[in-house]
Amino acid sequence: MTKESLQAVIIDIIRGIAPDEDLNSIDAEKPLREQIDLDSMDFLDIVMELRVRYKIDVPESDYMALNTLKSTVDYLFPKMQNA
Amino acid sequence: MITGVGLASPNGNNLAEYREALLNGRSGVTDIETRYMGKVHAGVCNFDDQKYQKKKEIRRGTRAGSIAIYSSHEAIADAGIDLDKVGRDRVGVYLGITEHGNVETENEIYKISQFGYDTKYWTHHHNPRTVANAPAGEVTLNLGITGPHLTLGAACAAGNIGLITGSQMLRLGDCDLALAGGVSESIHTFGIFASFKAQNALAHHDDPTKACRPFAKDRNGIVVAEGGCVYTLERLDDAKARGAKIYGEVVGYGQNSDATDFVLPHPARQAECIRLALKRAGMEPSEIDIVSTHGTGTHLGDEQECQAIREVFDGSGGTYINNTKSFIGHAMGAAGALELAGNLPSFQDGLIHPTINLNEIDPECRLNNLVIDKPLKKGEINSILNNSFGMLGINSVVIIKRFVS
Repeated sequence: MTKESLQAVIIDIIRGIAPDEDLNSIDAEKPLREQIDLDSMDFLDIVMELRVRYKIDVPESDYMALNTLKSTVDYLFPKMQNA
Repeated sequence: MITGVGLASPNGNNLAEYREALLNGRSGVTDIETRYMGKVHAGVCNFDDQKYQKKKEIRRGTRAGSIAIYSSHEAIADAGIDLDKVGRDRVGVYLGITEHGNVETENEIYKISQFGYDTKYWTHHHNPRTVANAPAGEVTLNLGITGPHLTLGAACAAGNIGLITGSQMLRLGDCDLALAGGVSESIHTFGIFASFKAQNALAHHDDPTKACRPFAKDRNGIVVAEGGCVYTLERLDDAKARGAKIYGEVVGYGQNSDATDFVLPHPARQAECIRLALKRAGMEPSEIDIVSTHGTGTHLGDEQECQAIREVFDGSGGTYINNTKSFIGHAMGAAGALELAGNLPSFQDGLIHPTINLNEIDPECRLNNLVIDKPLKKGEINSILNNSFGMLGINSVVIIKRFVS
């Protein structure tokens, strides 16, 4: 999986969790919560979806890595190589 | 005073559609696939759940919550109420429900079963979805209501009890507008079907629209339905002050308990409940124009209710009797509220909708003036008595009168 395709996967996950949001103009380097309506329960949904789809566990201490789209991709990319 | 009606029924998404279906014999029962059991008969609603909720809100909440939100918005719109004028802190939400949380819990157990029962896959949404106040609480979240909310667990008597509690809270001054009624999401898990089947009380018929047949000699059980009905209730002076249309007045109600059995009803207590409601309304049985029965289509339940009705109404030649579950199935926590709503337009059109699917009446269910197959034109109708009974011996009766200013 490339970083581009990983980003597409993450956007697909967010689309399922925040189906009313326009995700086409997301700035990958800005915090997701400043751009779309995501609360803490939604972040837990992202974590759950990564677990369900790829068996990846994101420990609470790493939640800040999901702050932006870019940081999420950077954090998940090495994990996805083993997923 | 009832000043607005909002509902989601298997055969109508508002009062006009629902009434038209009841007068034209249109059932809302169909077949659905349910996990582990395959095809079962069910009353299924087809309202637009995105009319008042965002997709995310629907995903986050429960089906019972969506039904409650839709019905509440529809009732408020029907009543022409501006919540900001009432004051959102002066609105109370009182919704009856038969059971809550089974759908969400069963779905989660199924989900973790796909992952070797690893509870890491159990959703963080489970607790907020399954707390017992959920459907009424979802209404307050959606509408920004900051007054009290209660979801009232009352088995299949719950729809009436939502209405009764709303009326009581208005009298207590706990709110100035009550959103009151009942909801059900019960068809969305197999458990309720399997449990009725284990009791030999789950209806079956080659034609699902004929499966629910209360009082019929060949009846064989319950058709489970989803649905909701919410009323806007206001005190008379408030309703008059804003020039509201008034569907009817809650003039009497009764609630009691059989204290005899977990499942089997007790006609003596049901008759006492009916008499209690009549006493509070200051009415004689002969002054009731319509008795809207609870009749679910079970063998003993129907017999017992008919016994109670005969005990109270056998001398009342002008009292007519009908049943709404024969059209939509048993909408559980919504049943009492929906069945009353189906009859409310009688005050305007003078018609009594029938009981359908009754080819041959069970002699044990003999009732004078049972309206069968076709609507009856009675002329002026001034009062409706609505029965709603449930497991653990919970009984509720509501009497509504046409309002004459």
